[in-house]
Amino acid sequence: MRAARLSVVTATAAVAALTAVTGCTEKGSSGSGDRVINVTATDSKCEVSKKEFPAGHVELAIENKGSKVTEVYILFPDDRIVSERENIGPGTKQTVTAEVKAGDYTIACKPGMKGDGIRQAVKATGGTVAKRDPRLDKAVAAYREYAQEQADATLPLTETFTKAVKAGDIEAAKKAYAPSRIGWERTEPVAESFGDIDPKVDVRADGLEDGQKWTGWHRLEKSLWQDKKITAADKTLADQLITDLEDWQKRVGKAEITPTSMANGAKELLDEVATGKVTGEEERYSHTDLVDFKANVEGAEKSYELLKPVAKENDPALVTELDKQFAALNTLLDKYRADKTSYDFTSYDKVGEADRKELSDGVNALAEPLSKLAAAVVK
Amino acid sequence: MTDTNPSEATTPSRRALIGWGGAVLALGAAAAGGTVAMTRTGNDVDPAGAAAGGAIAFHGAHQAGIATPVQDRLHFAAFEVTTEDRAEFVQMLKDWTAAARRMAAGHAVGEGAYGGLAEAPPDDTGEALGLKPSRLTLTIGFGPSLFEKFGLAEEKPEALVDLPQFAGDNLDKNRSGGDLCIQACADDPQVAVHAIRNLARIGFGKVVIRWSQLGFGKTSSTTPDAQTPRNLMGFKDGTRNIAGTETDRLKKFVWVDGKDGPAWMNGGSYLVARRIRMHIETWDRTSLQEQEDIIGRDKGEGAPVGRAKERDKPFLKAMLPDAHVRLAHPDSNHGATILRRGYSFTDGTDGLGRLEAGLFFLAYQRDVREGFIRIQRNLALDSLNEYIQHVGSALFAVPPGVRDKDDWWGSTLFSEEA
Repeated sequence: MRAARLSVVTATAAVAALTAVTGCTEKGSSGSGDRVINVTATDSKCEVSKKEFPAGHVELAIENKGSKVTEVYILFPDDRIVSERENIGPGTKQTVTAEVKAGDYTIACKPGMKGDGIRQAVKATGGTVAKRDPRLDKAVAAYREYAQEQADATLPLTETFTKAVKAGDIEAAKKAYAPSRIGWERTEPVAESFGDIDPKVDVRADGLEDGQKWTGWHRLEKSLWQDKKITAADKTLADQLITDLEDWQKRVGKAEITPTSMANGAKELLDEVATGKVTGEEERYSHTDLVDFKANVEGAEKSYELLKPVAKENDPALVTELDKQFAALNTLLDKYRADKTSYDFTSYDKVGEADRKELSDGVNALAEPLSKLAAAVVK
Repeated sequence: MTDTNPSEATTPSRRALIGWGGAVLALGAAAAGGTVAMTRTGNDVDPAGAAAGGAIAFHGAHQAGIATPVQDRLHFAAFEVTTEDRAEFVQMLKDWTAAARRMAAGHAVGEGAYGGLAEAPPDDTGEALGLKPSRLTLTIGFGPSLFEKFGLAEEKPEALVDLPQFAGDNLDKNRSGGDLCIQACADDPQVAVHAIRNLARIGFGKVVIRWSQLGFGKTSSTTPDAQTPRNLMGFKDGTRNIAGTETDRLKKFVWVDGKDGPAWMNGGSYLVARRIRMHIETWDRTSLQEQEDIIGRDKGEGAPVGRAKERDKPFLKAMLPDAHVRLAHPDSNHGATILRRGYSFTDGTDGLGRLEAGLFFLAYQRDVREGFIRIQRNLALDSLNEYIQHVGSALFAVPPGVRDKDDWWGSTLFSEEA
């Protein structure tokens, strides 16, 4: 639902956050200079002081001796970003820290912040990442299972939707639209972490970049509610949606999920609500925003519940507050559906300004303490 | 991770600040446009701290931001209380006080804006880092509706009445009322906005912003000559106001006295906030003669009708019967006198291409029934009304000052022992 660029940043942030976390525990014990790699970036070179270093906490001490603003990345072999630092001005120094497992990596400098950058192959050897609280490993595993379940359940629901589209049955398609999105909305940060899927399936008209073809749910939403007709192109898009979602379904198992990214993901779901759903921008044609809203809150609550045992130990007051605010927001949402077990919510265009503000206030009340969950998990 | 401002060491004491306010002009309150307010801070004496963007003392018998020489900028926010838990609300007031105390001194909130846990959002939002305290004052007020909560009904001051409907009022409920207010004034707009933003953040889950207003006033607080600021109508405004140094008149007209009751308001005041939209474009098409007749002063010098100098005593009978200064003057209102502290605002333009501009009127008084209500009733006939419209309104009981580092906003109302 966000623009593609944002999604990539989200993924990066989540990974970078994790690395920094475990880094804290490791740093004390290592403390030696062999974990620091000096990176000297110029307009034409990207020099590294060593090409091999112990796995675990690593710090890039970057100096830009060039004339252009640069960026420095640590990349996985598949170019997924481990950690990065942008906007390193000429003559300035910056550090990037990461927690890396043994394996091959690339350090890339991008003078002018463009292109693939000047690359150096490096290797992390031996060493081990500090052991994590087993309860957190369990939480991650349970969350991955949840994310997979959501993806698995989304496919048949979306097929119901796309079949109706392909049959040209507008009413049936409208009915199947919102339910097909629930699993996606519950676990959106995971899907977004892949970077390329979200812009294909969940982008809105305003999220398109120049030259980007509009595909996915919202394009079909516009056809059904705004254009009120299903074109041949829409039927092709319906097939494409299934293909893209199958890709998502296959990749959930490989997603980089950490306790921190779970906690931050929960907060991001509330951010999604605050910037997209409360304003009615997400489902501007169908006005099914409250269905997404509920799904976002459920997904955030799932992460929270899984992390709660650890968070409770570190910050009991935060847990009390989060329990209270989750309950309050859920109660508020229940005002907009007659049957508490269904996802048949009031159409958002029927929700007045005062009620929207009340919803917005409820989101703020939950999102603010939720932004402290990651810290409570890694303390 | 605190951000200590180097100017802190030279911060003037509260006494010193009030002292230099000697230049603040003190004459009949509503004289130069009762609806159009601005306490003058023109000064011949240059207070080093203030000139350097120094800090105003947070602690005192009265809250800062009332008798304090008026700063350049305003961010005013009205809140609604959403929590029903009194203890939680009281804790928020304490947290607010701690944050306000730090911000007034030019420090970041809590653990600061950087350097903390990488996984947690910083306590402070950071946009005021490196800025001077900028004479930031934060002033809290309690609206009538707050006393319907937390079993406070018995404590509601008699003076905290619902403002009556005045002639010409066209109030937008979304710009009116509020359980609480915070008036943030500073010489740097970013410092004022930072303060409201951080307090709102601390308040999430307990209070929500109902409405807020930005205001601007003068172009500089350190103008060497004592130039009276002009409002958006182009007239000098606030020639005669209560000065921060006028202890007697502050005592008589602004501070609630022990015998006024209730006890918790002793040393406090009452604040009226009115968003007054000006019909700028039609005003600008009005002839000079008519403009001057309407106000009751000349546009250049600011002298009252029939007088030569701005600060000459107004001769009310020389003015038209419906002139603004004449109707707003204490002599026309049984002596009613208020301390005005308003700001101009321009919130862009409206859908019709007109400036969405006017005066955000703020007035402090010992008893609103003897102050604003009396004056505003008298202004029903004001010829200025053709060019203005009151579109927002709120009234707050402003508790006394935070006495020391252990005290907190509203302690006299909420302390169990109080």
